[in-house]
Amino acid sequence: MKVKELVCIGCPLGCNLKVEISGEGSMEVTGNTCPRGADYAKKELTDPRRIVTSSVRVKGGHLPCVSVKTETDIPKDKIFDCVRALKDVELLAPVKIGQVVAEDVAGTGAAVIATKEIFAR
Amino acid sequence: MKTEIAIIGGGPAGLAAAVAAREAGVEDILIIERDNELGGILNQCIHNGFGLHTFKEELTGPEYAGRYIEKVEELKIPYMLHTIVVDIAENKVITVMNKEQGMFQIEAKAIVLAMGCRERSRGALNIPGYRPAGVYSAGTAQRYVNMEGRMPGKKVVILGSGDIGLIMARRMTLEGAEVQVVAELMPYSGGLKRNIVQCLDDYDIPLKLSHTVIDIKGKKRVEGVTLAQVDENRKPIPGTEEFYECDTLLLSCGLIPENELSSQMGVELNPVTSGPVVNESLETNVEGVFACGNVLHVHDLVDYVSGEAKTAGENAMAYVQGTLMQAGKEIPLKGENGVRYTVPCTVDKDRMAEKQVVRFRVGNVYRDSFLCVYYNDKCMSRVKKKVMAPGEMEQVVLLRSKLDAFDGLESITIRIEQE
Amino acid sequence: MYDVVIIGAGVTGSAIARELSRYQYDTIVLDKNSDVCEGTSKANSGIVHAGFDNEPGSVMAKMNVRGNAMMEQLAKDLDFSFKRNGSLVLCFDEKDLGKLEHLLEKGKKNGVPGIRIISKEEVKKMEPNITDDIAAALYAPSGGIVCPFGLTIAMAENACENGVAFQFNTEVLNIVPIEGGYKLETSKGVIESKLVVNAAGVYADKFHNMVSDEKITIIPRKGEYCLMDKKVGDYVNSTIFQLPTIYGKGVLITPTVHGNLLTGPTAVDIEDKENTQTTADGLADLLKRVAVSVPTVPTRQIITSFTGLRAHWTEHEFIIQEVKGAPGFIDVAGIESPGLSSSPAIGEYVAELVQGIYQVEKKADFKATRKGIPNVAEASFAERQELIKKNPAYANVVCRCEVVTEGEIMDAIHRPLGATTLDGIKRRTRAGMGRCQSGFCAPKTVEILARELGKDVSEITKSGEGSNYLTGYNKEDI
Repeated sequence: MKVKELVCIGCPLGCNLKVEISGEGSMEVTGNTCPRGADYAKKELTDPRRIVTSSVRVKGGHLPCVSVKTETDIPKDKIFDCVRALKDVELLAPVKIGQVVAEDVAGTGAAVIATKEIFAR
Repeated sequence: MKTEIAIIGGGPAGLAAAVAAREAGVEDILIIERDNELGGILNQCIHNGFGLHTFKEELTGPEYAGRYIEKVEELKIPYMLHTIVVDIAENKVITVMNKEQGMFQIEAKAIVLAMGCRERSRGALNIPGYRPAGVYSAGTAQRYVNMEGRMPGKKVVILGSGDIGLIMARRMTLEGAEVQVVAELMPYSGGLKRNIVQCLDDYDIPLKLSHTVIDIKGKKRVEGVTLAQVDENRKPIPGTEEFYECDTLLLSCGLIPENELSSQMGVELNPVTSGPVVNESLETNVEGVFACGNVLHVHDLVDYVSGEAKTAGENAMAYVQGTLMQAGKEIPLKGENGVRYTVPCTVDKDRMAEKQVVRFRVGNVYRDSFLCVYYNDKCMSRVKKKVMAPGEMEQVVLLRSKLDAFDGLESITIRIEQE
Repeated sequence: MYDVVIIGAGVTGSAIARELSRYQYDTIVLDKNSDVCEGTSKANSGIVHAGFDNEPGSVMAKMNVRGNAMMEQLAKDLDFSFKRNGSLVLCFDEKDLGKLEHLLEKGKKNGVPGIRIISKEEVKKMEPNITDDIAAALYAPSGGIVCPFGLTIAMAENACENGVAFQFNTEVLNIVPIEGGYKLETSKGVIESKLVVNAAGVYADKFHNMVSDEKITIIPRKGEYCLMDKKVGDYVNSTIFQLPTIYGKGVLITPTVHGNLLTGPTAVDIEDKENTQTTADGLADLLKRVAVSVPTVPTRQIITSFTGLRAHWTEHEFIIQEVKGAPGFIDVAGIESPGLSSSPAIGEYVAELVQGIYQVEKKADFKATRKGIPNVAEASFAERQELIKKNPAYANVVCRCEVVTEGEIMDAIHRPLGATTLDGIKRRTRAGMGRCQSGFCAPKTVEILARELGKDVSEITKSGEGSNYLTGYNKEDI
């Protein structure tokens, strides 16, 4: 049996998680305050994923760029590909919260959406 | 110009206070915001992790602010943008200026202070060395990268492991900068654990605890900084110096509530928090003046700010409608033995709700310790805590029924005790 | 060919430029930095000394007392901040009363008005926060405080308005005598002039030694300072000096003319004429020394620290004269403390020297007054309304801590010798001088600079070439 220790990033509580992995690969999580902690631990050890936030340029808006995020979490090793894919994206103001900025970013299946309203200037 | 409730600041605290006051029934509210949009500092906090308590979902800063801005619009709460408060007189006459209307005065019946905080500067930290371009507070860099799309530097060292510093380590890395190290003076991090995992560990950025910057090189633009380990008195240890070549030094070394307007109008400040001294209603020593959010004390979670602001907004409403009971006997709350302060500073049994949340921060990292609440000299509760750290806000809940049932209650003390 | 070239746009060079602009000279001021007031003039105590500690009969003594007397009218004419707050020299030990008497005698000989020794009780009444451990103090009511940037910029602007040219980013590399004058080889080409005034601060020896065989040495004497928040600006009322004690030469503590509390300077002779770094040891030493005067000095209120370099001549005297064997080359060297106080008098005196060498007529249209940038923070309600009516930008506060508006920043850019850098804006308007030290306002100021100068924000610098504020765009390097 193997034991791994993790800090949950699900919310700011940051629970210290202990994962016991049995020989067959089944995992038991302790130290979590909520079920999300157990989910996080299992995912982190098999398929670590993150939500990525960044910004893309906007033309004609009250600000020169808009904040964005991946709508769902994406594989950790795709983070830089995701940001790179946004390098040449430029939107036209106005931009609404939730507006899709890029579909299927870096082949992850996740869309990138705007997280802030930008008014046309 | 007149208004029932003036709210100074349109960030998360001001917005939540306004929404609460309006929902509680006050028609005449005015939010005064100095920036050109509502939302305050949340607009530049584009990372996720906000709103799990308030909205039961994970939002980014602008989205969290967006929810409240939508509410403000829906409820048709008036607000002024790009308007700076120059002065607040003790009689609640507020002097403001903006480009469109010039300089004028607003008479308010109640005021909610929600001006937020500022970052500790290089000067206040007294970091030796030259004064080149390239030394920024983490928040200034955050504004540039997240709202203007501009990079303040390419090769970065960060001093201070406050949350903004950790978040900026990741942000700058993702946008193409090389973040070499985060140095922290204290033997523990000032930020949330999750931020160390997902902002530093994920990108292999080392965190050096008990380290500080002892020199800044570069006459025009930063060319490098020297880090050194510090001893238990936070003094650099000779021989531990390490030079890092970089063009940028970000500082994330603490936040200070911005209470210049408050103290000018006679609001008493707590020297520990630099925020107003408030009672259970979040009312300051100036009657009808309430405070909430980071102007009151620096929070770790915006969700707590929203909750606190709701209380302040509702009490401001009660004050203008004459339903806020006259203050009676104020029982002092004291923090001891590692509990640095409490908000509120006093409670009035007759004015408090059944459940009164008391928030505070601790002065050190405490493991397997007990958080104790004393009524006078009697220990009323003793709760074991696995870990408490200065970077995270703690709370206890006081029950009115328990306070009522205790004879001769003169003071309440919160303290940390070991086994 | 110019009539006069002045090397150095510090307080001395600017004062000389202004005095020369009364006459029909074709004058140019050169400076290697991007703005006026970039050297010793920007980092000092901001004190207008009464003039009691200079050796009677010295050039220093004469210039100081004369400069002090001129300052009040000059402040009115040129609209900069100046206040006579008086100064005290604390004597900590009965045994040292003789030294205090000696200082009093010198002051009297130098013609310092109203100078007298006062008792401990009187001192404590004036300054409740100073130590109880004093024997007496020397009181000089004519001591004052001035904004060193305000003074320098005012004189330079007034000179500029009266026709003096200023050329920045121009380093003088060599000076060669030619027929009827000098040829200056600079980083921006050759400049010829009949007369040269060497007002180059810590570099004055370098230029002197280019034309003279009698070499001089100007030593950069480093002084570290701490500036404290306006909340404690009234911690002391007068400028408080110390009689030298067993701990060494004293440091001062003073309110500044803008209401902060300032303490400094330490004194360390160094070699590097650009070494303006602060040090942990220096700041610790300073705070230890000032505690002798004010034991409860509010160090928690420190908002910044800085280092200045004094242009110290080994003989500790001002050198203001035509260089022997170099006709038409005037040294204004060794201008360390009380240089700021003396500057108006030095300007006047050098103009006389120049007149003596090469006489021209006075200008009929010399404009002796200058109006500064409106100060919204200090304006009354009615004055502010009036300003805002003229330009709504006076209602847009950019720097919250010091209440500096967009209108003032625009003025600073568009004035004669307007600001082109963040530091230039700071010294003209105080934007970024407050407790947050430009954390909030720098991005906005950069934006206004870019807009008003027609540049991209990436081109805006803190203090000239190489000090760019931003390095590029997001994602550029991925």
